[in-house]
Parts: sequence; structure tokens; C-alpha cells
Amino acid sequence: MNDLPRLPTSGGCRDEPILKQRGQREVFCGLTGIIWLHRKMQDAFFLVIGSRTCAHLLQSAAGVMIFAEPRFGTAILEESDLAGLADAQTELDKVVDQLLERRTDIRQLFLVGSCPSEVIKLDLSRAAERMTEKYAPSVRVLNFSGSGIETTFTQGEDACLASMVPVLPETDHRQLLLVGALPDVVEEQAISLLTQMGIGPVRVLPAPRADSDLGVGADTVFALTQPFLGDTHAELERRGARHIAAPFPFGEEGTTAWLRTIANEFGVDDETFESVTAAPRARARKAIAQASESLRGKSVFFFPDSQLEIPLARFLTRECGMQAIEVGAPFIHKGIIGPDLDMLAQGPVLSEGQDVDLQLDRCRAARPDLTVCGLGLANPLEAEGLSTKWAIELVFTPVHFYEQAGDLAGLFSRPLRRSDLLQLGVRA
Amino acid sequence: MKLTVWTYEGPPHVGAMRVATGMTGLHYVLHAPQGDTYADLLFTMIERRDHRPPVTYTTFQARDLGSDTANLFKKSLEDAYARYQPEALIVGASCTAELIQDDPGGMSETMGIPVPVIPLELPSYQRKENFGADETFFQIVRTLAKPVERTQQITCNLIGPTALGFRHRDDITEITALLSDMGISVNVVAPMTSSPSDIARMGAAHFNVLMYPETAESAARWMERELDQPYTKTVPIGVGATRDFVREVAEITGLDPYLDESRLRLPWYSKSVDSTYLTGKRVFIFGDGTHVAAAARVARDEMGFEVVGLGCYNREMARPVRSLAKDYGVGALITDDYLEVERSIEALQPEMILGTQMERHIGKRLGIPCAVISAPVHVQDFPARYSPQMGIEGANVLFDTWVHPLVMGLEEHLLHMFRDDFEFHDAAGPSHHGGHAPKAANDATSAPAPAATETKTAGDGCVIWLDDAERELKKIPFFVRGKARRNTETFATERGVSEISVDTLYEAKAHYAR
Repeated sequence: MNDLPRLPTSGGCRDEPILKQRGQREVFCGLTGIIWLHRKMQDAFFLVIGSRTCAHLLQSAAGVMIFAEPRFGTAILEESDLAGLADAQTELDKVVDQLLERRTDIRQLFLVGSCPSEVIKLDLSRAAERMTEKYAPSVRVLNFSGSGIETTFTQGEDACLASMVPVLPETDHRQLLLVGALPDVVEEQAISLLTQMGIGPVRVLPAPRADSDLGVGADTVFALTQPFLGDTHAELERRGARHIAAPFPFGEEGTTAWLRTIANEFGVDDETFESVTAAPRARARKAIAQASESLRGKSVFFFPDSQLEIPLARFLTRECGMQAIEVGAPFIHKGIIGPDLDMLAQGPVLSEGQDVDLQLDRCRAARPDLTVCGLGLANPLEAEGLSTKWAIELVFTPVHFYEQAGDLAGLFSRPLRRSDLLQLGVRA
Repeated sequence: MKLTVWTYEGPPHVGAMRVATGMTGLHYVLHAPQGDTYADLLFTMIERRDHRPPVTYTTFQARDLGSDTANLFKKSLEDAYARYQPEALIVGASCTAELIQDDPGGMSETMGIPVPVIPLELPSYQRKENFGADETFFQIVRTLAKPVERTQQITCNLIGPTALGFRHRDDITEITALLSDMGISVNVVAPMTSSPSDIARMGAAHFNVLMYPETAESAARWMERELDQPYTKTVPIGVGATRDFVREVAEITGLDPYLDESRLRLPWYSKSVDSTYLTGKRVFIFGDGTHVAAAARVARDEMGFEVVGLGCYNREMARPVRSLAKDYGVGALITDDYLEVERSIEALQPEMILGTQMERHIGKRLGIPCAVISAPVHVQDFPARYSPQMGIEGANVLFDTWVHPLVMGLEEHLLHMFRDDFEFHDAAGPSHHGGHAPKAANDATSAPAPAATETKTAGDGCVIWLDDAERELKKIPFFVRGKARRNTETFATERGVSEISVDTLYEAKAHYAR
């Protein structure tokens, strides 16, 4: 138990007041999650039922088009679809027929709701049921909403995973389920550490393919690898699975606390835990120490983006020597993020939701050494002389667990090192 | 409902954003759900803008829907006016807000905002980005531009440049200089670089230079009618078009045509012997209608290419592009379906593509070099260096950027001489030819695969390549191999030959020799 983190003597942030403002929110919608989810689920197609804006968002968020024909697309609603809803269902059937005929490699199809499809109340669950019957057993059709009126950025992944839980088969095997789409390299590291401690079987959600025999039941315990999986958490509990609440596995301390909490659940003794984790812990500490040199004593300001903000603020303040000025998150789900809040020393403003203009005013007044924000704000703030870290990279890059802890610190220190390196002078 | 993988154009409100972001002193209040703010990053990341676009989004959420999205809009408009103090506002709805029918235009009228508030009706489910830009600029001009006294000297407005435009920044500089050489100064450049008060004095110019019909044709027509300002019809991209443009401007103004060609290098570069290898290169051209039309003329008349196909993604330009295609004796591809463009390119097997960033990716996959001539834009389309498309320097830029992806003439000759050289085989790949990353599986020296897998079929008929012929084909330099394969297959099909031997290959070569 001595591996569990020491809590700040002044008290953590769990019961600190939260600043809530209502104004313009400068965030992505949940559709963005499709960009990483479709890489993770190799036989899945994500069909957004939406507008040209949705298609344009996906294209812009993907940044470059590297896939000939990607496993995502948009069924763009047209004027005629908006006239009558019966039409829209038939039209959707046509689009899906066309799609599945061309893509025989697809085993799971997600019908993804968008703002317009939600507003016109297009019933995608009915469509998914109908199509599941039609295409069974070769294709499973599910639906979730990635709309901006219901989801913020990473909540799209949450909605997607939550939609998968009710259709998982029942199992009464004792198992550990890791929940969250992680890059393969990171996922394998986590499974390897757990397996070395004798914990198993370890399963992951989402599984890479639909035909995996992943089940869930009362003897399933699950650990989240991402802090934004609130709905999935609720769905799993509904299936009888039990959550192992832990700080999130960012940095050496977070990873150790996460592993230790799971190890306790599975009765792993201290000696085994120590022998499995000692070497990677030492490596992680060393890597963080190097990468965080330029972060020590610097201040950081988080704009809300991915819901990773609180665990990351915990990592930066406790392991990299930074001071947090404001930690903004789109949502603060204390049942999930509580252990991280406990570890985060009081001091920073915690804010939930956003009025971006007011938050920019606070940021400019505070002049933090580093601002973590979305792509729409980064260059404008740089132009005002603030160093920024684009938040989206924290979601796209492998940053979890011991071997990536140094890289995680590096993501934050690079902008600071860069501004130290550049000698661009002033206008003549 | 239409299945879409990649899109050439964004929704119409993104077009409105391109207008607003190019301007100063104008603010756009957009009724839109959270998430639509992604569009900011197009400007801050792709174009590296150092300011946020002047757009306030209402970012309503599901919980607002039943209650009070209308008040949310009003509050956003009030706050935006108070914070940014713009000279004028534009207001409108994105696709989702269009469905909830809050009528931003109507609401804003009743609010007593002390500056002009211009309502935009942009039908998101019918139209696209270029329409949005054109309509927005038109509405701004219609509201703000008034008849004013003409300038004493001959002046013009440059209209059409927007934020996120393909090389608009540099085209403005080039055309301003060209006109200045003729003794014409620029009154207003709009929308990019202008403020609402600049728009108000557009009427002082003697005529308009319509740089990009995609984004300013409606405004040009309106100003012709209401402000008595003629506008230019020639888009000065390429040598011939630039000269025509100068003549057109001279006609409009009564000034002598004058064009300083001392820096113009395209004609000589194209004539010089190294360029001989460009002769008859088969090119496929795709992009927005304006850039495609300009590129077709340059490709055929100034580079000596053969245009084998062309088309545009913006339906608004379908008519001129169809008639253009007729002139070139090819079919016009009018589509915004990326997969259809890809199929078309695959079938035509051009030696080069002049397209957008989308076609660049198609080219990468098919191993066909591509030069980018049109939006949609990419961060690469905003080079640090001066790189216009229009005018004299624009013509020089076209020559360089189009030739760059191709293997240079002398190099092509050497490749041919040394094609069997051990260091100079296919797998080694050419030094600077991005389109041809060698594929290990294609190595001609590897053991021949069973005849069945060597079978290649032509597009329509069923023609089989015999092993010997297939091996011989691989000895042909990669950059003409596609043409040789296609010609041989056509030759065989036309003669009812079902198996291609080495003899067939060389008979076809003799047949097609130029």
C-alpha cells in the first residue's frame, strides 16, 4: 500500500469551488473521436448522418488525408431529406446498402448522430436495429451520438464505447477490463505489466475486431484508462461490472497509483509489484526529470478540451514542478476524476465549461508561461507572446504509462525550449 | 442523402467566415452549436493567422434547444458588439441553427445595434462554401457600398480575395503592381484587407477587377448595375491571359496597354530545348472552375501539354467548364465526389495531374506526379515566399511548380540511356520524384510470379500480358510505362489480340510513335 501517492497536506481539490461560466465554448464536437476510433477498431465503419459541416470537420480534424478510402464517411442530409422523416430512413438504408456492398471488409457499422440529425429527431437506434437484423450475422450495426449539442470532443469516444456495452455477451468469468482506446504500443505495455503481476485475464474495450469474444458480467472489474468515459462507466455498472477507481496513468506517479489500485484488487503482494514496476518506474522518473527541466517553476493554464486537464495538471504540478493557474475542463465528473482531484494541491482555479472570451481575459491577465489550448486559440496566443501547447496532441499521441511519461513531459516542455532556442530578434 | 468521404468545399457559413476573416472591423455572429468552432482552426492553423477569426458562435447545446436559443443569440450579439465594437456585423445560422429557425436576421433588426447588421441567408443543405463567400460579399457590398464621386485619377477595386484563398495574398501584390505600371491605382481590395468603411467608398473606383469569380461575381454584377462600374472578365493567370487582361483593362479605361515583360521567363523556358520533353505530356486538370480554365490554357498553349481531361467541383462553374472542355475535345467532369475524380484519373492514366490537394493524394496513390493549382487549401499552399499565380511572376511560378514534379528533360534522356544500369533500376527510384516511391513487390528482377497473377486486364476488353512482354514492359522507364501499357492494350484490343507478346508491345510502340 505504500505505493499509493501521498496527498497534499493542504488538502486536495475535490471539494474546491468550481467556476462555471456560460458563453461561447471553443471546443470540438464528439465526431472528432472518429479519427482515432476508426484506427483502433479495424473492421468498423463510422457513418455520420449529418451535414456538410460534419464532413468538413472530420476532414479538417484529420488534418491530412492519408487514407485512400477511410473507414468513415458522412451521409450528407439534403433539402429533400429534411422535408419528411420517412424518406430519411429509406435514404439511409440506400446509403448503407451502397456502403456495405462496396466495403465487404466491414463487420461493425456505427451510425453516428450529429447536430442536424438530432434536431430533426432522426431515430438512428431504430435504423440500427433494423439494419442489424438485415445484415446479421456479418455486420453488427450500432448507433451513438457525436453531435455538438450533446457531446464535447472526447465524449464522442465515450458515447461510442457506451453503445457497445449493452450488446456485449454475458460472461461470469473473473476478468479485468481496461476501458479506453489507446495506441497499441501503450495498450500492450499496460497488459504486459499487469500480466507480469499475475493479473488476468485482461481484456480491452474497444477490442480491435468485432469477432473477439469479449463479454462482461458481475465478475468483471474494470479500470478506465481515459477520464472522459462517464457514460461507458455507467453502462458497465449496469451490466454488473465493478469500477476500480484510481488516478489516471499519466506520469510515473499516476501510473504507479493506477497499477497499485488494480493490483490491490487482485491481491498482488508488494514484492511482486515492486519487482515488476521497479525498473520501468526508475526509467520513467529519469525520463521525466530530463524532460521537465525547463518546466520547473513555470506556470500553466489549461483551456477546456479533452477532459484530460485535471490528471495532466496533477502530473505537471507534482512531477514536473509546475504551478497551475487555471485548470479548465469541459466537464468534471468527480466519480471518475476524484482520485486525481485529491492529489491536486489547492491553488488553481478549477473551471468547468467555458466562456472563451472571459477565459482569454483571465489568461492574458495571468500571462502563464505555458497555455494548453485548442488549435483555434494557439497561434493567436503565440502572437500575443504566450507559449502554447495544442491540446489535441495529448489525445493523438501515446502518453500513458511509464515508458511514455518522459514523452508526456516533453510535449509540454518543447514549446518552452523552442521559444528559448529561437533568436528571431526584433524588427529593425 | 449523399455519401461523402472527402469534400472539396465546406458549408456556406465557412465561405462567410472567409469573407469576415479577410476583413477588418467586421464581426460575424453565427448561430451554431458547440463544435462548429472547429472552423477557427482552418484560419489559425492552415493559414497561420495570428488572430482568431472575428466570429462569435452561440454554441448552443441540447439543453438550450427546448428553452431559449433565440435569447442566446441575442445575448451573443450584444456581447460581441460590446466587446469588439465593429463597424458592421454580419449575422446568420449554420446548418443546425437553420433547422431551429430562430431567424437571426429578424432578431438582430429589433435590437437597436447602432451599426449596420447584415443578415445572411445561406442555405446549408443546398449550397456550399464558394456560394457562401460570394453571397456574403455581395450582401456586404449591397448594404454598404453607395454611389460616391469617382476618383480623379483612374482607379479600380480588386475584388474576390478572401482569407484561406489559394495564393490570394500574393496575387493582390502582383496585380496591384501590374496595374500601377499602367498608371492605375487601387482604390479598395475587398473583401480581404478591407473594412466596412472601405466598402462604402468602393464606388469611387472607375472599374472592378474581378480576380476570383467564385467569390465576387455577384458583387461585381451588382456594382456594374448600381454603381456603373464595369468589371474585367479575364482572369490573368498565364502569359496569354495576362496579356489579354492588360488589353481588356486598356479597353475599359482608354489607357494604352502596357505590360512590363522584362521579368517574364515562362515563354523562353518553355521554348528552351530542355523543355522538349514536356511535349504532349498528358495532363488531367481539376479544381475550381476559374483556376481550371486558366490552367487548361497554360497547359496547352504555353507548356505544350495535351489536356486529356478536365473538370471542376463547383457546380456554379459547370457551364463555362463544359464549354471549355468542348474546346479541348475532352469530356468535362463536374462533380464534388472525390471517388469519382479518382476513378476518372485512374481510367485516363495521365502523366501529370494539375489539381487540388485532394488530387495530390490521388496522384500519390497512383504514382502520378501532381502540381496543385487550386483550393481547397493546405498549409503548404501558404508558402513563406512570394508565390503568386497571376501576372508575370505568376506565370514564372506556374512553370516552376508544374515542371518540378516531373523528371527534367536531360535527366529523362539519361534515365533512358542507363535504364539497365545496375544502380539505375526501378527500385532505386529517381532522386526527387515524390510520386514514385518504389514498391518492393514490383521489382522486375524478382522471380517471375505464376502466369495467372501476371494477368492484367485492360479497362474494357480482356487482354492478357504474356510473361516475356510483362518483363519487357518493366524495362521501359517508369514514367512512360503507364502510357506504354495503355497504348499496347488499346492497340491489342482494337485488333482483337487477346495475348500481348513482346512483338505486340513493339508493334504498338511503332504504331503510336510520334
